[in-house]
Amino acid sequence: MANPWIAFLVVPLVKIVVILVAVILLAAYLSFFERKILAYMQIRIGPNRVFPRGWLQPIADALKLFSKEDIVPTRAEKLVYLLSPVITTAPALVVFSVVPFASATTLFGLLKEPVTPYLTDINIGILFILGVSSVGVYGIILGGWSSNNKFSLMGGLRSAAQLVSYEVPMGFSVVAVLLMAGSLSLVKIVEAQKQAGVWFFLPGIVAFFIYFVCGVAETNRSPFDLPEAESELVAGFHTEYSGMKWAFYFLAEYANMVVISSVATVLFFGGWLRPFPNVAALAFLDVVPPFLWFAAKVGFFLFCYIWFRATFPRYRFDQLMALGWKVLLPVSLANVMAVGLGVLLMGGAR
Amino acid sequence: MGEQDKVAPQEQAAPKQPWEEKPVPPELKDAREHPLAKEIAAILPDAVLEAFELAGQVTVTVPRERIVEVGRACKDRLDYKFLVDLTAVDWKERPEGRFDVVYWMHRFTDSARLRLKIKVADGVEVPSVTGVWKVANWMEREVFDMFGIYFADHPNLERILTWEGFNGHPLRKDFPIQGIDTGAAVYPDVYPPGGGPVAGEGGES
Amino acid sequence: MTSPEVVRPFPDSEEMEVSFGPQHPATHGVLRVMVKLDGERIIDAKPIIGYLHRGTEKIFETETYNGTIPHTDRMDYTAAATNNQGLVGAVEKLMGVTVPPRAAYIRMLLAELQRLSSHIIWLGTHALDIGAQSPFFYTFQEREIILDLYEEYCGARLTLNCMRVGGQPFDLPEGWTGRCKAFVDQLPARIAEWERLLTNNRIWKKRTVDVGVISAKDAIEWGLTGPPLRGSGVKWDIRKVFPYDHYNEVEFEIPIGANGDTYDRYLVRVEEMRQSVRIVQQCLAKLPDGPVMAKVPKVIKPPKGEIYFSVEGPKGELGYYIVSDGGTKPYRMHVRPACFINLQALPEMVRGLLVADLIAVIGTLDIVLGEIDR
Repeated sequence: MANPWIAFLVVPLVKIVVILVAVILLAAYLSFFERKILAYMQIRIGPNRVFPRGWLQPIADALKLFSKEDIVPTRAEKLVYLLSPVITTAPALVVFSVVPFASATTLFGLLKEPVTPYLTDINIGILFILGVSSVGVYGIILGGWSSNNKFSLMGGLRSAAQLVSYEVPMGFSVVAVLLMAGSLSLVKIVEAQKQAGVWFFLPGIVAFFIYFVCGVAETNRSPFDLPEAESELVAGFHTEYSGMKWAFYFLAEYANMVVISSVATVLFFGGWLRPFPNVAALAFLDVVPPFLWFAAKVGFFLFCYIWFRATFPRYRFDQLMALGWKVLLPVSLANVMAVGLGVLLMGGAR
Repeated sequence: MGEQDKVAPQEQAAPKQPWEEKPVPPELKDAREHPLAKEIAAILPDAVLEAFELAGQVTVTVPRERIVEVGRACKDRLDYKFLVDLTAVDWKERPEGRFDVVYWMHRFTDSARLRLKIKVADGVEVPSVTGVWKVANWMEREVFDMFGIYFADHPNLERILTWEGFNGHPLRKDFPIQGIDTGAAVYPDVYPPGGGPVAGEGGES
Repeated sequence: MTSPEVVRPFPDSEEMEVSFGPQHPATHGVLRVMVKLDGERIIDAKPIIGYLHRGTEKIFETETYNGTIPHTDRMDYTAAATNNQGLVGAVEKLMGVTVPPRAAYIRMLLAELQRLSSHIIWLGTHALDIGAQSPFFYTFQEREIILDLYEEYCGARLTLNCMRVGGQPFDLPEGWTGRCKAFVDQLPARIAEWERLLTNNRIWKKRTVDVGVISAKDAIEWGLTGPPLRGSGVKWDIRKVFPYDHYNEVEFEIPIGANGDTYDRYLVRVEEMRQSVRIVQQCLAKLPDGPVMAKVPKVIKPPKGEIYFSVEGPKGELGYYIVSDGGTKPYRMHVRPACFINLQALPEMVRGLLVADLIAVIGTLDIVLGEIDR
């Protein structure tokens, strides 16, 4: 680009706006899809009143939440109480800056030069994601503590313990992928899968399952949703939150779901690649643009999240911790060693 | 629509079914010679003050002071391990004692049930049987709450169905059905204490 | 109550006393449990009841015998038919009334449908408390059909008032038996569906096996009846031991558990649902013709005396102790509430467990505050 202002300021700004708007809308509509899909799995209909057939429900919810009274409990620690939702939501959104949505594209020939439809590709992409998403735990603990409520405190502590425990096996399962790809950058991981001709899901199937289970635990979703279990702690760490602050917590939760799904897609399911990208016989699938492949895979994972919620009972807290430390951690460690051995035997990273 | 009285077709030849006849109530019989009463009398002579039987259920009246002893004998030696029910009846102004405290016991070996009854005057303590049957704990609390009968040696004799600070014992016959003024009325101008908005009638306050 | 000391993990840490309820999504009504916690471990739990006390036993003394029947519906409001059955059975026993067989069979039908309905509510809410959100909707769908059947019969879905002293107020409407048969014939397949979601589910088993264990000896000591007693291995059912209403003419089994934990009580109740289906099918097949009301006087005046009669309700042994002085109103009518006595054993079952298990145990005892508080 001739004009440096355009390359370094305008284009990223446009990308930031597009990504933020898309993610926030997606998180809001994810709540709607969750209600609808959960309802159909439970022989009922779900929201269907807001025109048309319920599709504007998230907009209605957002308007309602904006207009709610801002309640702060009298004995709550005010500054921390107000900041905690922000501390949880900001990292969830920042993570999207390195997730690659598609390969370089010219938007069907509209642009003179191809533009990369992701904000940036730093060479420590995965590390950045893992690190930044862990900052979100602070928001939960601080929110639970600052509410001056025994139930919230218990919920916050439980959630913190859960999130920290499940980070470790998640990290190890990611390491297995790194061994196969040879790089921390997300775009290079997708390209490594293209070179290998097969999604990393197949050689790394154990890693994939561990990653996904840890991902469900990281986002406080069923069956690991004890911190916000309605039937036990009323609502856990967000008991005392209402209105827009509560909406932020939920935005963060759904955004985290999208993050986990996107990262799982990139690491294990080939990102924007079609199935078997090097097999010529399936070349007719190339008519589907890469972004749609990415979206379909992320959508599938989000559907799995909702499916889990409809199906499984909840783990009790000590069983949850036992699962993380006694089962997932040893298995993920063993998996790293096995994958490393496999990579060595097959002659280096692909 | 329901039919209250459906009479069987008049058939002189066929005998009438029991539901087509007027019901014959069971008779109250003295049961001192009944095997269940005799078992107790065999272990604890002169514990059986009276014994009656109605519709196959035997009621044995025992002295108030000896109820724990009788209960323990019934549980340990006669195998009545299961206390099914413990309640009281208020017979206002009776010479032998205003209240009846009734213990309904069961044994699994031959599925026999026996009722023990003691007669208690107002203000007199009853020894608690929680040491014999643990289940009596809440049952005695309820009797205390509803009737005001005090159980000695009860581990935790507090009101159970009404709230702490309630004064009165609702199931006594002199407690009015409309309720009493407990000071707990939230809207005394709409629901005055002692009665609801409809004059004279109303539920408990 | 003397109790064994719980081994506390950190003996010098402070206890936290938390009040669960009375407003809480999972305590099944207005129950308050004061729990002493050490971290997540329960040191002691004390149920506080009485928030729903309506003075039912006092009201009984001011109503005629047939007039007390609607009041019994409101006690255990999830199982109104068995409440009614206990009351009218007790008055009939005191008066020496024999109920015509058709009425007795109709009573059995209503009672077993009620047992199904109550166990359906229990299964849905118990699963919901433990976190499985979908079985609630599947089970309540079937319950809607049961409630429709009740509505056709006596006009009410929940507080039925469907029995009278001496028999039944109405005969079965046209086609009711056909609809009932169609419903119960497809029910075992539904029950199998619900079981597929829960019975062999690892998470369900982890949450319910060895949770809330009570031994058979303790169960008898604490006076438990119904599925909590049967889950601990005691084969005891009023319908088999003191049969009433022609229960001795239908075949059914009494399921019992082995360990006395929550999982066993779950299996017992699910099997009871299947046995209820069996009873309903046999009753429909054997339903005799004839009148539905015995020849009782218009004004019910039992003779002087006292009587105790119990039925096997879905929650346990529901008994009525009636003292009559020969008048039209009972002198004293006491209810032996199954849930009240089952709840008394809660501290025993919960000591030493974690907070999440408290909710599971409250669910497994299947308490209805209406019956506890009367």
